[in-house]
Amino acid sequence: MALLDIQDLAVRFQTNDGTVSAVNGVTFKVYEGDTLAIVGESGSGKSQTAFAAIGLLARNGHATGSVKWDGQEILNLPEAKLNKIRSSEIAMIFQDPMTSLNPFMKVSDQMEEVLTLHRGMSRKQARAECVRMLDAVRIPDAAARITMYPHEFSGGMRQRIMIAMSLLCRPRLLIADEPTTALDVTVQAQIMDLLRDIKDEFNTAMILITHDLGIVAGACERTMVMYGGRIMERGPTSEIFASPTHPYTRGLLDAVPRLDRKEDVLPTIPGEPPDMLRGFGGCPFQPRCPLADDLCKTQPPALERISDVRVRACHRSPEEVA
Amino acid sequence: MLSFIIRRLAVAIPTLLILVVFSYLIMYAAPGGPFDAERTLPPEVMANLNAKYGLDQPLIVQMWNYVVNVVVHFDFGPSYLYKDQTVNDIINQGFPVTLTYGFWSFVVATIVGMTLGITAAVYHNSWLDYLAVGISIGAQVLPNFVMAPILVLVFTLWLGWLPGGGWQGGQWEYIIMPVIALSTSFMASIARLTRSSMLEVLNANYIRTARAKGLPMRRVIFRHALKPALLPVVSYLGPAFVAMITGSVVIDMYFSTGGIGIFFVNSALNRDYSVIMGITILTGALTILFNLVVDILYACIDPKIRY
Repeated sequence: MALLDIQDLAVRFQTNDGTVSAVNGVTFKVYEGDTLAIVGESGSGKSQTAFAAIGLLARNGHATGSVKWDGQEILNLPEAKLNKIRSSEIAMIFQDPMTSLNPFMKVSDQMEEVLTLHRGMSRKQARAECVRMLDAVRIPDAAARITMYPHEFSGGMRQRIMIAMSLLCRPRLLIADEPTTALDVTVQAQIMDLLRDIKDEFNTAMILITHDLGIVAGACERTMVMYGGRIMERGPTSEIFASPTHPYTRGLLDAVPRLDRKEDVLPTIPGEPPDMLRGFGGCPFQPRCPLADDLCKTQPPALERISDVRVRACHRSPEEVA
Repeated sequence: MLSFIIRRLAVAIPTLLILVVFSYLIMYAAPGGPFDAERTLPPEVMANLNAKYGLDQPLIVQMWNYVVNVVVHFDFGPSYLYKDQTVNDIINQGFPVTLTYGFWSFVVATIVGMTLGITAAVYHNSWLDYLAVGISIGAQVLPNFVMAPILVLVFTLWLGWLPGGGWQGGQWEYIIMPVIALSTSFMASIARLTRSSMLEVLNANYIRTARAKGLPMRRVIFRHALKPALLPVVSYLGPAFVAMITGSVVIDMYFSTGGIGIFFVNSALNRDYSVIMGITILTGALTILFNLVVDILYACIDPKIRY
């Protein structure tokens, strides 16, 4: 059975300018020990998909569809019930480690409350466990530094603290929302190494949300590409990289700098990300797609299965895209 | 921290001196004097009076004598208007009164204001929010010179529960109405400040983290959001506290409380120079002191601030 089973998820936001459809008909599963990358540029709905699943949407957001955790429906569950799952079974780490830790509280207070709350530990037990976890994410001298405040740590160290905090209850699923975006390149590599090690050590399933295809290749077995709140393509990472069947994936892959090609100018995808307020009759990617025709403008392509492990949503045939 | 406090207190001395000089100059520039009555006094009498109070001396000498008296003897001089009273007498009588009702006003305004503000932010855009915002706007637009007579009308004349004025050494039934009348507008400001800053904090990334940890909303608000949300409120509370404990002419007039608020206004109208100066310096010194208290509280709340 799938650990997380999301069916036909849609997320809408009521704003002063109208309704924004941030996520549309998103369907996927995550299995025990699985690693899934959700890839797409800003505004593609990848983060909102994850937020909706554990009920962290902004107040003006509303989600419909189905999210099953371990067979139980959890979408739009009351806060009190979701709180039992959050962090203890599904943990999340966020994009910006500089602002994701509370600057007014000691690291120890922020970490210990997870264990005293979910595991009923005493402060003393919790402290020992937190120090052990900080050691595991390779924070030097953790026993002494745990009583410091977040601003006394560097960005990379803070993301390590976030990771340690998210793992305290040994969650079965870790959702990492752009965990390396705010960090510089060498620290990015360290954090990705750490996430890989942690995943193996704790056998945690992981959803990695990112716009950086470069970090997906080594970290995730499966990849899902999103655009305009919809799934464009999903399948094993190796297959997606080797033979993309969607023009958007193709464009993303071409835009990754490569050492084995000599290029003066990095290819980009022309055009702008879609305006989610306006909505679209056809395929969201159609205005920027080199292969678009009249059908793409009027009819949104359905998600079709092209093998046991791959799905895609495009009116053009895979051969045409390749 | 200690050296910071000492430094700030040292800076307070020249600040107060500048305050003295400017207040003195402004009063000197204003037309009229303490002994200008409707009936013109004979010039000999005028000259005698001016000589007795030292008003015939050059401005710089007057000012020097004043500062020396204040600093060396802690003597703010005689009142020009109340024959037998010195400024020290007036402050000794009036300030305990304003301090009492001002302090309780501060307590009421802070507790009610913060409660309203936090409730409104937590239940943003619900009827509780609208109710809290409605109450604070109502309290803001109702001036205390309207509030005070309404209170007297309701609680004294109609219900007969509370005395309409007087002080009686500060018994509780004499304090209630002055406190309500003085605290409402401050309460409204505190409520609106708390609400907007709480709303901002509740949208912060670290609050999302706290929620993702599965913490109950109560804990998220009181352990994670309250401290940062109160920072801007605290900086308002310092000057607001001084404004409240130095009293209000409206309160002193309507409730005959006898605080320094009414002396301050009367002295300005009557060119009672020494009383104006005394109360100005008192207010100035308290403002400096409580701004320092705010800065110290800031360091207690925000671990990033170290002096």
